[in-house]
Amino acid sequence: MDAITCSYCREACLISMGMVLILAIFVGFEVISKVPAKLHTPLMSGSNAISGITLVGAILAAGYAGNTLTIILGTSAVIFATINVVGGYMVTDRMLEMFKKKPDGGKK
Amino acid sequence: MNIYLLTNLVYIVAAVLFIFGLKMLTSPATARKGNLISAIGMLLAVVVTLLSKGIVDYKWIAAGIIAGSIIGAFSARVVAMTQMPQMVALFNGFGGITSLFVGWATYHVMTTFNLFTTTTIFLAVLIGGVTFSGSLVAWGKLATYISGRPILFRGQTFLNGTLFIGTLVAGALLLMNLQNGYSYSYAIFIGIIILSLVLGILAVIPIGGADMPVVISLLNSYSGIAGCAAGLAIQNNILIVAGALVGASGIILTNVMCKAMNRSITNVLFGGFGATITKGNMEIDGEVKPVSPEDTYFILEAASSVVFVPGYGMAVAQAQHTLRELGDILEENGSEVRYAIHPVAGRMPGHMNVLLAEANVPYDKLVEMDDINKTIASVDVCVVIGANDVVNPAARESKGSPIYGMPIINVDQAKTVIVLKRSMAPGFAGIDNNLFYKENTRMLFGDAKSSVEAIISEFKKS
Repeated sequence: MDAITCSYCREACLISMGMVLILAIFVGFEVISKVPAKLHTPLMSGSNAISGITLVGAILAAGYAGNTLTIILGTSAVIFATINVVGGYMVTDRMLEMFKKKPDGGKK
Repeated sequence: MNIYLLTNLVYIVAAVLFIFGLKMLTSPATARKGNLISAIGMLLAVVVTLLSKGIVDYKWIAAGIIAGSIIGAFSARVVAMTQMPQMVALFNGFGGITSLFVGWATYHVMTTFNLFTTTTIFLAVLIGGVTFSGSLVAWGKLATYISGRPILFRGQTFLNGTLFIGTLVAGALLLMNLQNGYSYSYAIFIGIIILSLVLGILAVIPIGGADMPVVISLLNSYSGIAGCAAGLAIQNNILIVAGALVGASGIILTNVMCKAMNRSITNVLFGGFGATITKGNMEIDGEVKPVSPEDTYFILEAASSVVFVPGYGMAVAQAQHTLRELGDILEENGSEVRYAIHPVAGRMPGHMNVLLAEANVPYDKLVEMDDINKTIASVDVCVVIGANDVVNPAARESKGSPIYGMPIINVDQAKTVIVLKRSMAPGFAGIDNNLFYKENTRMLFGDAKSSVEAIISEFKKS
């Protein structure tokens, strides 16, 4: 499962992962705190979809052949994560479509 | 180009697309495109991962992706907007269980034990497990499969605390026994999984229905943090970045919700709100003045500005479409119509906004609490539909009240208030609402949707 890990650069790798983590947290707070309250539900369902990124980890686990348990765990994880990704993006899109500016301003 | 390099370059692109997608969510005009951009980022990340060298067997991956896509697409299409809180709760749980499984699979094939990987696997499994079982309980409460009332018992906090410390001890044992043979550590590992699932259930059962906006925001954040931990365990940058973004988003929402209820997060999680209330020393004077749909029509007909204040009751009665119809009629009649949204109205952040958007209410007619409160004194009629605690003046006036200090929409300061309500039963928090007894308040009893329909038919008659 270590196809895209970098065991050859142990310490440097850990430090750069820490750096990535910290920067991502700051960017996240900066960007998301500007999302208006009216869009908080789409924000939640959209972030559900983004948290489906664990699909990447699940794929790596499910594709690691030769071990029944990891295949079961990996495949179940792929199913759950895909539900999140597909369901999350689609339902967010459905909601945001309703939020688009109504041409008639609500009046008949 | 080597696959490792390619994968990580594409991950950088995906991360940028996620961030741009979220940034475009700051305005309703660009939000939909932002969601699409974020989805493209996801697609890129998934496709490039499929190329990676460690994968030797694609059939299970394909089966999983197909099954997941069908279930996901189907549920996204059929879910009613009133059921969004349940769906988000369930999706939070799926995020958690994925991280748990990825952590477990990583642990299972780990050949050389090392401290960093084991620690992050422990975190992914613990947080993932809590998120999963906790979200299932939240889902059950929101879908009313289980009671929305807080479930409390003696020694609850003590039990939860003990279990949590027990889990940490098990984690420490896991780390100290890295070299101590496979089966012993594995038993501890399974024990941690079970403990985390039990902890998740125990953490959510004492929390009542009206506090759900806080809980699902928090679980949303946990699902991100669990993903982040899984990313650290398998040393995958895109998991770390996306997990951190989701974690941050959940924490921000949790904070907003807590502020809107004037409560700290510890109070929400351990307070068992609604179960431990001592009767406030509130004086209620005046009497309830019921009003008929016909009289309501006369009041609304003469009003030049009307503000609707929706709450969870509107969602339950599915009254958003009828309400919009009434709003349209009033506008034709020359009134200025607005909708005032309290941040914790409903069962999740932004719940009311989505329902009104579904009913085609333009978003510029939706006004946030602070903005409406500035001009509320000049409003002719406030119509409260299915909201209770978020308009309870006790939050402002009565120091003994459990909701004292919570920011509310000051509907009682409008010239006339019409409250649509089933009966005189108190709201979720079990607190009497002296709004109902105020001089300028009229009560229109009945199901919210039928009441609005009755008013509409009065308008049509004339």
